[in-house]
Amino acid sequence: MIVNFWVTLGIKMALVLGVMLVGALVSIFGELKISAHMQSRIGPYFAGGRWGWAQPLADGLKFIQKEEIIPDTVDVRVFKLAPYVVLMGTMAIYVVIPFGPDMVAGNLDLGVFYVLAISSISTVGVLMAGWSSGNKYSLMGGLRAAAQLIAYELPLVLAVVGVVILAGTLSLNGIVEAQAQWQWFGVTPEWLNVIPPYLILQAVGFAIFLTASLAELSRTPFDMPIAESELVMGYLTEYSGLRFTMFFLGEYAGMVALAAIASTLFLGGYWLPFVSDDLLNFIGPVVLITKIALLVFLFIWMRWTFPRLREDQLQQLAWRILIPVALANIVVTAVLKVVF
Amino acid sequence: MTTINPITDVATAMHLSEASVSVELETPDMTLNIGPQHPSTHGVLRLVAQVDGERILSVEPVIGYMHRGYEKLAEVRTYAQITALVNRIDWVSGFANEIPFIVAAERLMGVEVPERAQYIRLILTELARISSHLIFTSSYPLEIGAATPLMHALRERERVLELLEGVTGGRFHPNFNRIGGVKPAAGSGSQTRKDVQDLPAGFLAETREAMQRVLDVCDDLDTLVTGNEIFRARTVGVGVIPLDKGIDYGVSGPNLRASGTNFDLRKHTDYLPYDRFEFEIPAGTNGDCFDRYLMRLEEIREACKIIIQAVDSIPSGPLQAKVPKIIKVPAGEVYVRAENPKGEMGYHLISEGGRMPYRLKIRTASFSNLSVLPWLLEDTLVPDIIAILGSLDFVLGDVDR
Repeated sequence: MIVNFWVTLGIKMALVLGVMLVGALVSIFGELKISAHMQSRIGPYFAGGRWGWAQPLADGLKFIQKEEIIPDTVDVRVFKLAPYVVLMGTMAIYVVIPFGPDMVAGNLDLGVFYVLAISSISTVGVLMAGWSSGNKYSLMGGLRAAAQLIAYELPLVLAVVGVVILAGTLSLNGIVEAQAQWQWFGVTPEWLNVIPPYLILQAVGFAIFLTASLAELSRTPFDMPIAESELVMGYLTEYSGLRFTMFFLGEYAGMVALAAIASTLFLGGYWLPFVSDDLLNFIGPVVLITKIALLVFLFIWMRWTFPRLREDQLQQLAWRILIPVALANIVVTAVLKVVF
Repeated sequence: MTTINPITDVATAMHLSEASVSVELETPDMTLNIGPQHPSTHGVLRLVAQVDGERILSVEPVIGYMHRGYEKLAEVRTYAQITALVNRIDWVSGFANEIPFIVAAERLMGVEVPERAQYIRLILTELARISSHLIFTSSYPLEIGAATPLMHALRERERVLELLEGVTGGRFHPNFNRIGGVKPAAGSGSQTRKDVQDLPAGFLAETREAMQRVLDVCDDLDTLVTGNEIFRARTVGVGVIPLDKGIDYGVSGPNLRASGTNFDLRKHTDYLPYDRFEFEIPAGTNGDCFDRYLMRLEEIREACKIIIQAVDSIPSGPLQAKVPKIIKVPAGEVYVRAENPKGEMGYHLISEGGRMPYRLKIRTASFSNLSVLPWLLEDTLVPDIIAILGSLDFVLGDVDR
């Protein structure tokens, strides 16, 4: 019995790690290609023989081979630990993402709460990296990341509250099921829910969630912590070799993770109508990955379209616009829930 | 060790809590060295900034990392050799640097330059202006954080550089002007038969086509950058140079015109026959970063207009006036200034009648434009440094020379 537990745990851990790595590599490749085509370039072309599909792998191998340079002024222990903290925080999100009714590493009753809590861990890693690097640019980058997290964690959480009110559960599986069984005025047939009901009812929440998750991921237009034209590379300035790769992977894995959470919360997750639960365990991942891909494309598209905001403008956007709108969204959702 | 019971020992608890609150956290100012190696200082400019968090208290630019001593070198070079030097002052618009120097020497010698050579000079100067401004309009959004406009603008700049290369043989450093005219163009015919030496075949038609593409990419930049909310939020009202301050500091070129004047040496002096063409001098209103960006975008369009007119009306004739084999400039003193892409460029040439100048003082635009920086950057934010620095559009070679 106890052996069985450890075997299952091992398989689950390997799967989570595999999904995360593959997700990150594919989205890195997507970014390389999509950005190239947006900029009238070809992008990677040779690695792997066709379309340059192996470019992220080749980059990864190159980084592994590189010498890791640790400057004298660095607080070595914190410096070395930081990339793992970042990657760990991101990886932990994958544990609760439901790819099918039973295809989830851990179906927590407090899934949403867990995701929101654990996703902030990576910012601690960023702050550690910025502080321990002993570099002024890194320090400013780390502090910017911390300030950004504090500002955007609130709208992120508040945007999710609307969904939780409608679904009546904090479990991610529960939220998907609630969307599948959503009834418009008590009579709507199942097939209509292909159009995700929460996308319509929580459109404001969805927009806020996407904006705030862009900020959480510190991607353009919210990439102040890295801002290569101002802070050289922000908290990444002193990192090289494998540890830099960890940050790099963490960034893209985080993007996929938040896209997965967004599609689970707002776009109906893995669910398809007229498919039994057993079959859904096979089709579900495809459905979810399609939705993730759409959102990741959106993130990439935004990155290559927008310039970046200034630090004070970023804070104003969070505190003056997103948080009040998110609060209003909660009130309206709660009232509607009681009325209907 | 005393244990505090919060209910019974209120006085102690209050005392302790007050003590912990009233500890003042000191935040000393930080000295931030921006450059000489930094992604957005356009080379080796160094800014020593005193910052309090994100706020800047003072900035001191440190220049000289790229000083190459061209003024001194010019005293021991012949006139033909100096054109190769001045090319490298502002390497983004190399051709435009040659013009005021060569005109200065010609004025002292009293040489009359043939019409066709003057037109070729004018066309190539405007091409250099376009290439310089396209670099600006592509790299400025990059500094604000948008990477895509860079590729689109540089793609069309490549056409312009190909045209320059076709005529002069050099993309960045043409070294094409000769006293009394221009060099016979590369690949245009025999070096010995002077009558067939001219512009390369098809140059005029290709120029027209390239100008159309440049105008198209200007429209692209308008939709990609000019109308972008975030770009406007970052640049409108940032780094305002009032007109009188700008004049006091010697700011010139598009940087000054953004503050609301239409002073342009192309209209006011006659170093090249600009008076034969119809074109507007764009002028801004606010003098902020956004206006400085707009000025350059508009100047690209105006330069295209000039080039198309010049290509349509270029006269035929020789490329070179009759000059002696060994060039000796008569004794005298002359100052010629020209409207370069970066601003006003001037050469003060003193000759004592030899094969080399006695003294050549070079007034470059970027050096004077940069002098406004400490005043401009006072009490701004760190991201604004980059926005303001980029909007001044300087080249370090033009600052240090």
